[in-house]
Amino acid sequence: MSAPEAPPALELRDLDVAYRVRGRDRQVLRGVSFMIGRGESYGLVGESGCGKSTVALAVVRYLPGNGCVRAGSIDIAGRDVLALSRGELRRLRAESVSMVYQNPGTALNPSMRVGQQVAGVFTVRGVAHKEALERARDALGTVQIADPGSVMNRYPHQLSGGMQQRVLIAMALAWHPTLLILDEPTTGLDATVEAEVLDLIAQLQAQFRTSVLFISHNLGVIAKMCERVGVLYAGRLVEEGPTDVVLHDPRHPYTVGLLRCIPRGGVRKDHGRLDTIAGFLPSLGTELPGCVFADRCGLAKDVCRSDEPPLHGLGSGHASRCHFHDRAAELPRVIAADFEGLAAVDRSGPPLLAAENLTKVFRQHGHDVYALTGVSAAIWPGETLGLVGESGSGKTTLARVLLGIVEPTGGEVELDGQKLRSRLAQRSEDEVRALQIVFQNPDSALNRRHTVRRILRRRLKKLAGLTGSAAESRLLELVSSVRLADRYLTVRPEQLSGGLKQRVAIVRAFAGEPRLVICDEPTSALDVSVQAAILNLLVELQAERRVSYLFISHDLGVVRYLSDRIGVLYLGRLMELGPAEVVFEGPHHPYTEALLSAVPTIDGGGRQRIKLEGEIPSAATLPSGCVFHTRCHRKLGVVCETEEPPLVEVEQGHLMRCHIPIEQLRAFNVTEGTNDSRKAAQPSIVRSPS
Amino acid sequence: MSAVAAPPIVAHSPRAETLRLLLRSKTFILGVLIVGFWIFCAFFGAMVAPHDPLVQSLDILTGPSSQHPFGTDTLGRDVLSRVLSGARDVLLVAPLATLVAILGGTVVGLTSGYMRGAADDVISRVVDAVLAIPVVIIAVTTLVALGSSTLTLVFVIGVVFTPIVSRTVRAATLAERELDYVQAARLGRERAPYIMFREILPNVSGPVIVEATVRLGYAIFTVAGLTYLGFGVQPPSPDWALQISEHYTLLSDTTNLGYYWTVVFPGAAIASLVVGVNLIADGLQQALDR
Repeated sequence: MSAPEAPPALELRDLDVAYRVRGRDRQVLRGVSFMIGRGESYGLVGESGCGKSTVALAVVRYLPGNGCVRAGSIDIAGRDVLALSRGELRRLRAESVSMVYQNPGTALNPSMRVGQQVAGVFTVRGVAHKEALERARDALGTVQIADPGSVMNRYPHQLSGGMQQRVLIAMALAWHPTLLILDEPTTGLDATVEAEVLDLIAQLQAQFRTSVLFISHNLGVIAKMCERVGVLYAGRLVEEGPTDVVLHDPRHPYTVGLLRCIPRGGVRKDHGRLDTIAGFLPSLGTELPGCVFADRCGLAKDVCRSDEPPLHGLGSGHASRCHFHDRAAELPRVIAADFEGLAAVDRSGPPLLAAENLTKVFRQHGHDVYALTGVSAAIWPGETLGLVGESGSGKTTLARVLLGIVEPTGGEVELDGQKLRSRLAQRSEDEVRALQIVFQNPDSALNRRHTVRRILRRRLKKLAGLTGSAAESRLLELVSSVRLADRYLTVRPEQLSGGLKQRVAIVRAFAGEPRLVICDEPTSALDVSVQAAILNLLVELQAERRVSYLFISHDLGVVRYLSDRIGVLYLGRLMELGPAEVVFEGPHHPYTEALLSAVPTIDGGGRQRIKLEGEIPSAATLPSGCVFHTRCHRKLGVVCETEEPPLVEVEQGHLMRCHIPIEQLRAFNVTEGTNDSRKAAQPSIVRSPS
Repeated sequence: MSAVAAPPIVAHSPRAETLRLLLRSKTFILGVLIVGFWIFCAFFGAMVAPHDPLVQSLDILTGPSSQHPFGTDTLGRDVLSRVLSGARDVLLVAPLATLVAILGGTVVGLTSGYMRGAADDVISRVVDAVLAIPVVIIAVTTLVALGSSTLTLVFVIGVVFTPIVSRTVRAATLAERELDYVQAARLGRERAPYIMFREILPNVSGPVIVEATVRLGYAIFTVAGLTYLGFGVQPPSPDWALQISEHYTLLSDTTNLGYYWTVVFPGAAIASLVVGVNLIADGLQQALDR
């Protein structure tokens, strides 16, 4: 890959980094070595807290004040970064390395026009102002911004997140750096926007032969973007190799465990439980004499706790830091896969909850914003209805309307056939108890000044009418049903990890024996191993209590795992509603088809990427006719622009809002092979080793 | 095998962490020392003072000497003794007035921030109206109408400061009410007063505490100002502002350095108390903002 004469774009050798906290140096990176060749893209994966971002910061010497490189070396294009003087470092950052961070909104100066900021990249390197503006325009053109002139005159807040990230990529690549560091560049973006940004990065990388260090927690994104990948755990590179090889033949138990946590290959809750990784990441600065993963590893023997395993070469650049790398695939499961007790949903009876023609119009700055338009759906007892759609599609508004937190402009909600009052305060105790929610972010969902016990006891008192010893015993029962140890009851939420906090939130939602729990992206803030445990928990609770879920998520793998039926929202309208398998396997609504094709998967391939044109229209100025016609790749013609298609049942239990006849959609599905080819691949989850 | 094994409880609770930061803050410690000294004097000043602060003598307006380190005033009273025992009234009135303002401001601020809508509009306009009138004018008018006593002084300063406190509390409440735990409480059938005082209030206590210390500094100034104007603490109290008020005219005398000691020492005492309180406020702010 790397030309023989040019030194590699980046070479780390035995890098040790420590942060000084409370007067003690705590090691964050432990002897990290890897090399990125010219024009190569290298992925760095791992869960939060394993040191990914510290690598990125150390490479350009941007470590925070309490961080220091204790040993090792960093060479960028053959120059020792640690030996550079201030001036040389500045030159290096200006000419050889660029970074793009996760949150584009905070990386741009809100008070400066975009054009000025991009031009600044050139003026700082001595280009005259006028020429710099000219080159800024070209740079924006390079990142496929259709109208660079108008974008240059805007302020960052007037651009969408995807646009902002394009601008940042334009700035990063403006001076053709040797090395581009991307730290979770698409994490905050919607699937379709993410896909476009990733395509753009891949294309520009090939065009300029830039070397890329790509940091992400999303294995699918890494699989799509990187030739080689390194897996980081507790600050140590535990496995490295060509991406295909590492993801399909992982040889470190951590990588194996990580891959097993992810619902993929079409696994569903009735196939069995997800595996997870036992235990927790060792806390910062723990002395780890042996293998860093030994405490959580099902294969660990005494030697693992005493001797640090060397990096075993496995041929073709694949290497694993495990004594038992040849047995990694035999890693015993933490959670037994087999799981019985999930009863089939009976839809012959009346639904538990029915939304009838729900409409919500917000009034904002004198504009009407159509958040929901005519949404009708029903959920039966014990059923999970998945809800997918990009941001701004109305998912959260729908949840809030059902709960009574937001009043709908029109339509109604029925519980057991009884009309529910639209305001929470007017609903009866039973009605309030019946509908509960688990929020996305447990940090804000739990009162940080109350102890776990107080939060839960109060809820038991108000919703279950329990006090005193009855409440305490019920509390212990609930807490043990989500496998939360009793000793966590006395602490405040801040003192718990994200997964434990979410368990507390789940207990709170279940305190009043709810009939329907709305889950609003409950695992999107969590690491995959924690996510797997929470998803298992939700399935167990459903089997035990026959509770129904309305599960909102942008992660299609997770939605597919959990849902019996799935609804697809776009601009406040249900575009498609049907059994989970049908929605995923097709025939698809064109929007669903695009959404599915946008998601990068670990297994890769399979689907042809469908590029959606333009951005999601504003909900204040909805397109005429079918709201999706402005971006639809299968638009029929004028009829799509003038007539809104109704949501009709196109086949048994499968509703769709599209002018294209179902036969034709089915034909697309077959001829273009968007049919899920991975279905053949046996879901890894049911195969239980040993 | 249980999914939740090892216990990653954060060792330090947030409250202990705040305390640790406070005890390491030089600003905070210095403030506590200064204010602590004056509180000690408020209780025991008369005992440690070399002379009785109220006893008059014929040695009037003598400059600082070994006998009278801060000199004597127009009635021959020892200025050092009067400074040491002059903290009592201001340290009674100012904290009580602050307490009134904090209680009132918290209730008003929480209500308008949580309720929003029409209630907020009405409350906010009233607050704006009160804030538009200079504090001294409201205070002097009320004191004249009601007659000056410690109780009315506490009440008047407390009421005048209430709108200022309520603004701070309202701003903090507005941010807090958007958090999901407030929605969660509503889904737990909690009523508005419970949500305001039991759910939200503990989370805005940081700004409230900082506001209380800052307000205390201003309250000390206000008490001193009103006393100076003759509406506050009444003679023969050795109150610092009263001392300044009684002697500031002497500053125009150029031959005897304007008998500066009668004014400078009580003035420095007021300043040191206010600086001490503000140092505490700064320290608290830094520790709570971390």
